[in-house]
Amino acid sequence: MQIATMYFKDRAQVKLNDELLQYNLKKSKGKFVGKRAEAIRELDDFEGTRTAAREIRQRVLDNLDTYLEIFEQNATARGATVLWAETPEEANRHVLDIAAKHQLKKAIKSKSMVSEESALDHAIEQAGLKVVETDLGEYILQINDYEPPSHIIAPALHKSKEEVSALFAKVHGTPPKTGIQELCGEARAVLREHYLTGDLGISGANFLIAETGSVMLVTNEGNATLCTTLPKVHVVITGIEKIVPTLEEASTLLRLLTRSATGQSITNYVDILTGIKGAGEYHGAEHMYFILVDSGRTRVLASEVREALRCIRCGACLNHCPVYQNIGGHSYGWVYPGPIGSVITPMFIGQEMAVDLPNASTLCGACGVVCPVRIPLPELLRKHREAQVKEDLRPWVERLGLKGWTWLALHPGLYGLATRIGVRLMKMMGGYEGRIHKLPLVGGWSDGRDLPAPTGKTFRELYAAKRRSA
Amino acid sequence: MKVGLLVTCLVDMMRPSIGFAAIKLLESAGCEVVVPATQTCCGQPGYNSGDRASSKLLAAKLVAEFEACDFLVAPSGSCSGMVKTHYPELFADDAAMLARVTALAARTYELTDFLLNVAKIQAVPGRFEGTVTYHDSCSGLREMGVKAQPRELLAKVPGLKLAEMTEAESCCGFGGTFSIKFGEISARMSDNKCQNIEDTHADAVVLGDLGCMLNIEGRLRRRGNETTKVLHVAQVLAGDTD
Ligand code: SF4
Repeated sequence: MQIATMYFKDRAQVKLNDELLQYNLKKSKGKFVGKRAEAIRELDDFEGTRTAAREIRQRVLDNLDTYLEIFEQNATARGATVLWAETPEEANRHVLDIAAKHQLKKAIKSKSMVSEESALDHAIEQAGLKVVETDLGEYILQINDYEPPSHIIAPALHKSKEEVSALFAKVHGTPPKTGIQELCGEARAVLREHYLTGDLGISGANFLIAETGSVMLVTNEGNATLCTTLPKVHVVITGIEKIVPTLEEASTLLRLLTRSATGQSITNYVDILTGIKGAGEYHGAEHMYFILVDSGRTRVLASEVREALRCIRCGACLNHCPVYQNIGGHSYGWVYPGPIGSVITPMFIGQEMAVDLPNASTLCGACGVVCPVRIPLPELLRKHREAQVKEDLRPWVERLGLKGWTWLALHPGLYGLATRIGVRLMKMMGGYEGRIHKLPLVGGWSDGRDLPAPTGKTFRELYAAKRRSA
Repeated sequence: MKVGLLVTCLVDMMRPSIGFAAIKLLESAGCEVVVPATQTCCGQPGYNSGDRASSKLLAAKLVAEFEACDFLVAPSGSCSGMVKTHYPELFADDAAMLARVTALAARTYELTDFLLNVAKIQAVPGRFEGTVTYHDSCSGLREMGVKAQPRELLAKVPGLKLAEMTEAESCCGFGGTFSIKFGEISARMSDNKCQNIEDTHADAVVLGDLGCMLNIEGRLRRRGNETTKVLHVAQVLAGDTD
């Protein structure tokens, strides 16, 4: 995917002034947050389940090589082929090689964020093949000139029903529909044709089960079931970190995944696909491939933000992030938006390409307390900030300001004097209203709000005076 | 019970009355209050900006100033949270300092939590005629578990009625230097907060962190709201709201 992370501020600015988007964002925010809150109450011990989920995912990361080997053995034993991709390009190349080998012409895809990292759809089209996204959200974006997803589980979240209706009418050449049911019906009719003619099914993976060599897919539309069982070839493309040791443990994670994501106890479909179609079996692909992608993941594993790899891509941290809620996913400028995006993006594309992302957070902590696998997202954002200081990526004014403040705060006598002078100056600037409208150096503050002025004396001097007179 | 008051640098400079209100409350609860004279800043600005080295220097200074006290109390969830949850992390690889820091962290409290759960005060000196709404500042809420404490204490203030706003737990958009670096996003977040406050028609919004207070008050006034007061919970409990 094209990288636009360095334009974060400008993009966010545009999104803040986009009234339609603001309306759409407000509408979706309440839904996700409220439904999750209700759904987690169904679990007797939600916090305990989170702790268990954290442990499962951490154990996988601590022994990733072992679990990957177990997975490879078991998947191979059931007739699947496991391929490894170190880079996004390599992942795409594997897909094209598979297509060439089996003489495939048309890919039908269910949702995969990993394939966004490598812009797989473009690679497929460039090779002269057809590709159709079958997840409704992804389909909407594909027919809108490959608009990037704005959310990891609801890629077209930023679009209203009316926008989709206009888009369908334009692209399908049908009269505009108004109801969601009718719109879904139209998409279903268009997609059905593709399901029947696609010969290459591509899916992502919610989990890879090591003990059975299976892939677990969690969806609401049933499109993944069709994409993975109708075509002759099924390719799973996913990150190497998606492993879970056992089915039992995957079910623990599943209980948290759907509740954290959409606030559902369970999604409409959960597919567990194991191996190729056996003799006498009616359903399933004849050839099954797993493309397990690194492209930065081992780098994350070796870094201070390794805990981010526990992520099960539920999207709860996006839904609860007050920054995401106000600017939407496109502002972030790469595949993964929101808090988890701001943690992993710098690791994938380089710290210097994404300087704003880890800083664009108040560290309010809302993401960390909802994360089902207890990723300490605010701490990890802070780790990136520390890396930026070490790598000299912060502006000198900021560095100087902080160093100056620290030096002053380490010298209480001078600090006392400086603050006494400072508060008197600021009181004067505040005038009779007692507030400052324009601040030198920190205009970011005063462009959007006043600064209530200080009262003119510091606590220290007032307290000292009081002690003297007592 | 010797309580060391961490005034916080913002209160020191911007609103000394909050510090005095805290002293009044702690004394009314029977505590002996000491105010270490050399205290300055807890090091949070550096910490959150990735300057670990600076924040460690200030953390070490603060620990030395407060470790003789039975308790450290701050009229701020964010500064008490810095000491309680982040200082230990800062010295994770320095066993000697870690022991001292952990010992202090265990005795560190946010003001309302301390008043209610440690000092166990029964009555508060303040009174307030009118309706208030309470904003849960992020660090207090999520790092220090401050949610019920201020509400229980406010319920003891004669004349005060509490009207909850929607999304009381949503960040106000302050975030320290975030409000300067990402002024536009920050202002929009503040706007949402101001709207929720105004929708309650409360006379005042009450909260426990001065940074958020300055942000909310600054945005309310810029929006043209001249009437809704922005008060620290200590001021209301102590009856020093002018
Ligand atoms: S970081 Fe946690 S909350 Fe965010 S998407 Fe991943 S699992 Fe979900």
